[in-house]
Amino acid sequence: MADMSVAHTAGASKFGRFIIYGLLALVCLYYLMPLFVMLSTSLKSLDEIRAGNLLSLPGEFRTDAWVKAWDSACTGVQCEGLKGFFWNSVSFVVPAVVISTMIGAFNGYALTMYRFRGSDLVFGMLMIGCFIPFQVVLLPMAQTLGALGIANSTVGLVFVHVVYGAAFTTLFFRNYYVTIPDELVKAAKIDGAGFLRIFFSIILPLSVPIIVVSVIWQFTQVWNDFLFGVVFSSGDRQPITVALNNLVNTSTGVKEYNVDMAAAIIAALPTLLVYIVAGKYFVRGLTAGAVKG
Amino acid sequence: MNATVLSSTTAPAARPARRCRWCDTLDAWLPKLVVAPTFVCSLVFVYGYILWTAVLSLTPSRLLPNYEFAGLAQYEALFDNERWWQALSNLAVFGGGFIVICLAVGLLLAVLLDQKIRAEGFIRSIYLYPMALSFIVTGTAWKWILNPEFGIEKLVHDWGFTNFTFDWLIDPEWSIYTVIVAAVWQSSGFVMALFLAGLRGIDDSIIKAAQVDGASMPTIYRRIIIPSLRPVFFSSFMILAHIAVKSFDLVMALTNGGPGFSSDLPATFMYSFAFTRNQIGLGAASAMMMLMIVVAVVVPFMYSEMRRSRHG
Amino acid sequence: MGALSIRNVRKSYHGNEILKGIDLEIDKGEFLILVGPSGCGKSTLLSMIAGLDSVTSGEIRIGDQVVNDLSPKDRDIAMVFQSYALYPNMTVRENISFGLQIRKVPAAEQARIVERVANTLQIGHLLDRKPSQLSGGQRQRVAMGRAISREPSLFLFDEPLSNLDAKLRVEMRTEIKLLHQRMGTSIVYVTHDQIEAMTLGDKIAVMKAGEVQQFGTPQEIYDNPANLFVAGFMGSPSMNFIPAKVEAVGSGYGVKLESGQRTHVFPVPGGDGKLKAWEGREVLFGIRPEQITHKSESRLGLPQFQTAEMPIRLTEPTGPDTMVLVPINGKDVVCRVHPAHAGQPGESMELMFDLSKSVFFDPASEQRIA
Repeated sequence: MADMSVAHTAGASKFGRFIIYGLLALVCLYYLMPLFVMLSTSLKSLDEIRAGNLLSLPGEFRTDAWVKAWDSACTGVQCEGLKGFFWNSVSFVVPAVVISTMIGAFNGYALTMYRFRGSDLVFGMLMIGCFIPFQVVLLPMAQTLGALGIANSTVGLVFVHVVYGAAFTTLFFRNYYVTIPDELVKAAKIDGAGFLRIFFSIILPLSVPIIVVSVIWQFTQVWNDFLFGVVFSSGDRQPITVALNNLVNTSTGVKEYNVDMAAAIIAALPTLLVYIVAGKYFVRGLTAGAVKG
Repeated sequence: MNATVLSSTTAPAARPARRCRWCDTLDAWLPKLVVAPTFVCSLVFVYGYILWTAVLSLTPSRLLPNYEFAGLAQYEALFDNERWWQALSNLAVFGGGFIVICLAVGLLLAVLLDQKIRAEGFIRSIYLYPMALSFIVTGTAWKWILNPEFGIEKLVHDWGFTNFTFDWLIDPEWSIYTVIVAAVWQSSGFVMALFLAGLRGIDDSIIKAAQVDGASMPTIYRRIIIPSLRPVFFSSFMILAHIAVKSFDLVMALTNGGPGFSSDLPATFMYSFAFTRNQIGLGAASAMMMLMIVVAVVVPFMYSEMRRSRHG
Repeated sequence: MGALSIRNVRKSYHGNEILKGIDLEIDKGEFLILVGPSGCGKSTLLSMIAGLDSVTSGEIRIGDQVVNDLSPKDRDIAMVFQSYALYPNMTVRENISFGLQIRKVPAAEQARIVERVANTLQIGHLLDRKPSQLSGGQRQRVAMGRAISREPSLFLFDEPLSNLDAKLRVEMRTEIKLLHQRMGTSIVYVTHDQIEAMTLGDKIAVMKAGEVQQFGTPQEIYDNPANLFVAGFMGSPSMNFIPAKVEAVGSGYGVKLESGQRTHVFPVPGGDGKLKAWEGREVLFGIRPEQITHKSESRLGLPQFQTAEMPIRLTEPTGPDTMVLVPINGKDVVCRVHPAHAGQPGESMELMFDLSKSVFFDPASEQRIA
């Protein structure tokens, strides 16, 4: 972007820069504050919480709340902590992400490099499908899952997330593949390669960036999902988001805020870690999918 | 394969072996075969289900589906329901506040970050990390922060302002605004990212031409840069509106629709009636209404986008 | 048996007729150029020869086999694309041997072929690099290497030199010509550049709006254009078209030219036959810039040369020549004179017209009269 800061005189720009950095820093604090609060609350004892306030630091760093959140906190009827639900989430998130990414890749490839009659129509349909509020499919899906006998199971959740995630992954891959010149595919056809061979030998090796974006995006979406989890599963098959919500909203006995916060952080850790490690791909996914509409 | 001659002065070499005829036909059909499952799934699980929900909304179903035809009875019941009206008005308040504040904050942050800031990448990643969190986590965190006893109120008291009260969370008049606060925290970074990308796409030479013409920076922003961000405004608006209508997780975690139904939204209304109150028909009707709201927002936008792209 | 035969081939797409009946034939080893402005259908025709696009009606034969229904890999062809289309994730060696791999050529044979290709095109030192590490000219060679590795019976080139800078273009043009001489394979080459067409081709098909305007050798097309479009398209700077009246002069007919308040009537050698029908009417008189030069004493008196003094509007020195612009019959006519003899704008100079190669067109139908 244009070198805006150079437009000012030297003196004015220093003050202006100070203001700018000051504002940005303030906003940083605003964004970081909840994380800090969650962390510090989770490390305090209940007495400290009552005595102090949001921003006060814990006196001693106590990990009781964390242990309790993981092992023995009550999530509704059970009091087994979050550990079981954590693995529940893992068990359906991983297959859902892998399958929906693969489907997206094949679809994106077929739709961009092999324009057949109706390919634009199919793409349009998928895109529109991205925009619907999922409330309109909950009831029929609940019926269907029940009828198929996979109502309260990992398979059911994987199925739901794949079906509704495929449109997004297809969008990512399709927007990426349109930037690959189709002369590449023509040359491969003349060389004798068929549909699958071209995909595996040429297109797939070029797809690494978008595969990363798709995996990170899908992982975040599916791990963080609550709606499908709360509607399509119950009891001990629930994902961690539902368990967290139950844990926090259990109204029996004394509210243990430190446990609540520890539990929230546990639930947030996987996606947060992914973000820290590979955040720029996450951003690419956001802007790639969103800006295209 | 053919002979090893360099030039083809000899008779033409043997043709490359032909694959079986049907292998070629299969290969020609593969693209369609590959896309077919997704297409069918979309047809059935999106459009088919929408139809199914629509049908349900025209039935008197309660606990179980009952496919009698009840006309628009459920819709009448819906609009007779005070809680539904509360949810709708909450949606308007929440949606409006959420969208406007996110756009303003996002734009401001983007403009600030565009000023050649050192550690821009680092700062940007701080603004964006909330998007990586589940709405449940966000709701839980803010529920604690806005806790009437131990949250902000206590903090401000400890700072000396003992008359300060902040009990929005338990005040029926104000509970919906807490949802705005949490939602803005989560999503404004994303809007910032969109605006930043838009700002970066602006041609330098236009700015320089304006500077040569003598315009001051604020004027340049007002008259040139911000108007050229129109497309970003539109896409951000559409995405934010979409998020607003779908908001379910955040409300469930933050206020659970309460106190009472004061922070209910159509999504929580639908869940409540369809899955906990055994009113499938009514729930279906509310879901269809949600769909219509989304359509009402998205369709004009898509239409104007298509018209714009047609005119280049 | 011709190497390639295209008979009455038509192509329609969504109701638009893109190719309106193409008939072309080349013999084995010939270099065919498809040249024309963008949108004329030349690339579409090439795609159809390759099998990447379907034929709406008509027949395409490669060798003596009808290939309409054959997929590209079964047509024994190879293609070089404008953007080279090298596989980015593979080394040069792998790029060249990709097609061989698919045809299950044994590894030893593949290595041999790669080596042979590398020697022919002098890319041996590039074999382990990836396309992103190559320059434009090198990529071009690798693309050609990939094509020749399969020893097809027909090479197809789709504007392969368009992405190169001017100097490199001239170098690669020569290389392609040398390669053709060496390998003797039939080639179909698409370009919009008429210089490439003239220098490279054995046969040229000039295309416009889906039709072949003329098909012949470069010299034929240059000297005997069939219509206005071909005459104007080939040759740079392009042919002058002067609207002129046909008048009887001497024992034959000629054209009336007015320039600088003087009128000249130039008799056209051998034109009495065809021009007679046009006496008194206006035709388009076509004469190339190199046929209008400075006055040369040695040519005076020869029947096809006519001299006239004309006012100079503009001069454009190009180094070896100077282009002089003179107004004739209201049009600016480009003449190619030796720099030493060129006058100055505003002055007049004596110009010598060589009418032996001039051509005449019907202004309405744009077809050649004589």
